[in-house]
Amino acid sequence: MAATKAAPKKRSQFEEVWRRLKKNKMAMVGLAIVLMLVLLAVFADFLFDYDEIVIKQNTAIRLQGPSAEHWFGTDEFGRDILARLVHGGRISLVVGVIAVAIALTIGGTLGAISGFFGGKVDMLISRAMDILLAVPSLLLSITIVSALGPSILNLMIAIAVSSVPGYARIVRSSVMTVRDNEFVEAAKAIGANNAQIIASHILPNCLAPIIVQVSLKVASAILSTSGLSFLGLGVKAPTPEWGSMLSGGRAYLRNAPHLTVFPGFCIMLTILSLNLLGDGLRDALDPKLKQ
Amino acid sequence: MSRYVIKRLVMLIPVLIGVTFLVYFIISLSPGDTAAMLAGEDADAATIEALRHELGLDQPVIIQYARYMLNLLQGDMGNSYKTGRPVTNMIVSCFPNTAKLAFWSILVAVGIALPIGIISATKQYSMFDNVGMVVALIGVATPNFWLGLMMIILFSLNLGWLPSGGSKGWSSYIMPAITLGTGDAALITRMTRSSMLEVIRADYIRTARAKGVPEGKVVYQHALRNALIPVVTAIGLQFGSLLGGATLTETVFAWPGIGRSTVDSIKTKDTTQVLGNIVVLTITFSCVNLLVDILYAFIDPRIKAQYKK
Repeated sequence: MAATKAAPKKRSQFEEVWRRLKKNKMAMVGLAIVLMLVLLAVFADFLFDYDEIVIKQNTAIRLQGPSAEHWFGTDEFGRDILARLVHGGRISLVVGVIAVAIALTIGGTLGAISGFFGGKVDMLISRAMDILLAVPSLLLSITIVSALGPSILNLMIAIAVSSVPGYARIVRSSVMTVRDNEFVEAAKAIGANNAQIIASHILPNCLAPIIVQVSLKVASAILSTSGLSFLGLGVKAPTPEWGSMLSGGRAYLRNAPHLTVFPGFCIMLTILSLNLLGDGLRDALDPKLKQ
Repeated sequence: MSRYVIKRLVMLIPVLIGVTFLVYFIISLSPGDTAAMLAGEDADAATIEALRHELGLDQPVIIQYARYMLNLLQGDMGNSYKTGRPVTNMIVSCFPNTAKLAFWSILVAVGIALPIGIISATKQYSMFDNVGMVVALIGVATPNFWLGLMMIILFSLNLGWLPSGGSKGWSSYIMPAITLGTGDAALITRMTRSSMLEVIRADYIRTARAKGVPEGKVVYQHALRNALIPVVTAIGLQFGSLLGGATLTETVFAWPGIGRSTVDSIKTKDTTQVLGNIVVLTITFSCVNLLVDILYAFIDPRIKAQYKK
């Protein structure tokens, strides 16, 4: 037989995950909504001028219901709610993503050190994480943000600190399952130092649970952001943020319920889409489902 | 088993010391002068200074903390900076409200979640399953403070059926309990479904069916009992976080619970009240987690056997 069988095309891990993710319709719906929200956040300034539409007050048209001119109506200061929601989405997403990035960096580093070295270092870090976990996370965030003062940066720090133990635990357990593998032994044998081994050999093999956790945690960070703003501890007026918009609408529940309906719906839609995507990623990255 | 419980209780001590230190340190970072705030706007510098000395606020933070801990060990949580009354008074009046709300919320959650989760699993991929799971997904994603406001708009302001806030009478429990319960119900539904699905494919279920056991008995006696083990854990943990203060829901419904009291105290820099509340919340949260672990051992003989070794 002269004709030889063509070798099956080898897919990269990314292609394999993407192929499985594409099959999950719910995850694709989640991804589409997330992409739409990101695009709206990126192009918010092109859609609605920040100074003229988003924060400029016009009391002549205050508390108007949805209309052709103002699709989602106007708020108590006559500002277009849709414009504020679009710009508010930018803040929610930025705070959510940066808070998760901070938490992942700190928690991931602590978890990797704890899992890799074990022993006393592990015990010390684990007990510190237990202390952070013993305080309900929203209360911890509230305490931190009220101590530092309400601002976007402090909001990110507060949410990040209360999320650190979650990442530390996940990375720790992932590192512990990988650290005794032969390729780690091999890296040690060729003289790689601990930092190189963790960064180049161990962490890339722990990415799956971390990616899933990130997509789900961005959702809870957005929820915490809006919760803190709702309590008056987050983003300050006139900056638009979904939670503070909800809080502002509380005084007008009877006459202008649209002030609270739309921001809450946006929070729900964002969290729903991120959760759908996170669930899909978990299934796509789960080696048990690999065929 | 008792050794394990004692060990867990002993481990609670360093956690409590750590938590109180962390919270004390964070609150001490807050800008503003507590003594000046407590003395009032009209107070002169001498009065403020005297008050600062009286409260020990002129001492370094670590000394203030050490003094607080010494008193705490003797069961004294101090007096509230704001009201001047013992911190325990506020806790004793608020905590039962939070506990009652947590109890009714978890009851709502379990009442919704278990039937939906079980039916969804036994009729996997049916219309009921699909609708149930979409509703559960939406439930997880809905912020409870928004759901609370939507319920106030509908049931209090438009229909006038239920009070919009407070904790007077059984009717005031309905909306806060549903608001908190539905979020937890969504999580417990998903957990019940996935746990049931795992169990329902087990060999012993196939054996039971092969022996001709009626389907109802297979589901409720053979599958559910085993599937409930992780679900009970999830319910316990959710109950623990509800006791930890459903701060946002309590704020929306003006519920006089410990979560709302903590937020109010943080805003007024009432350090002693904040610390007192957080100490009680941390102990409760940790004890509920411990009880869940013990319960886990009781309902799963495999785990009980591990402790006996």
